Amino acid sequence: MNVKKQQKDYSILVKQKSPPSRLLKDMCLSFLIGGLICTLGQFISEVLSMAGISEEDAPSITSSAMIFLGAFLTGIGIYDNIARIGKAGTLVPITGFANSIVSSSMEYKSEGLILGVGAKMFTIAGPVIVYGISASVVCGLIYYLLTII
Amino acid sequence: MELMKFVNAFWVGGLFCAFAQILIDKTRLTPARIMVTYVVAGVILTSLGLFKPIVDYAGCGATVPIIGFGYTLAKGVMTAITEKGALGILCGGVTGAACGISAAIFFGFLFAIICKPKPKK
Repeated sequence: MNVKKQQKDYSILVKQKSPPSRLLKDMCLSFLIGGLICTLGQFISEVLSMAGISEEDAPSITSSAMIFLGAFLTGIGIYDNIARIGKAGTLVPITGFANSIVSSSMEYKSEGLILGVGAKMFTIAGPVIVYGISASVVCGLIYYLLTII
Repeated sequence: MELMKFVNAFWVGGLFCAFAQILIDKTRLTPARIMVTYVVAGVILTSLGLFKPIVDYAGCGATVPIIGFGYTLAKGVMTAITEKGALGILCGGVTGAACGISAAIFFGFLFAIICKPKPKK
């Protein structure tokens, strides 16, 4: 008799209870994994500075190393496993950018080297580059106009 | 090596990720949109001079997240404008981010070629 009501109550209860607790858990994991990836980057950059690499070059080398790691771990299938736990913690760091390139390009390999691997690698990375560069040109223009005034 | 550098990189980097997680869960933004938003935010914050202090404080905690890609682009543009004038508007961004973009494309291409896709679980 009360089964329907119970089901309804239960689904309301689930709605009330589950999103915040899931969000909290996801947030903590993102924080932890994302933080660890950044700490790894910091470690690489400290090692570089101890090796006598200049402060100007170190960030580029660090990013490239992180991108290499992201691409490598995606290729051997480990990054996606970390991403399942780390969620946004694996998406936001630059390793996630490398991950998006390798995973989409690998997936469309069967469509050939040009339109598969070559084109699909930019499914997610493309928009990031398009909007990043466009925003930098617009901001650059404003900055330039302000400097000549 | 100073321990605090690692601590700062950890919590600031972690915070950027946790904030993205809130956006994903609360607004249903797709990962691609999150990344685009972060990069554009990085460009704008850097242009306003608000991001450099975070980089100075957190190091890789600010430069490793994708928002740091926006920082690299905007910093490149501003440096190039100071050095070359108007031409810097167009050539500064990619010059600054050249290493990262080439690394991403080349390593991405390399591993996509040599690795086989894993079945999705």
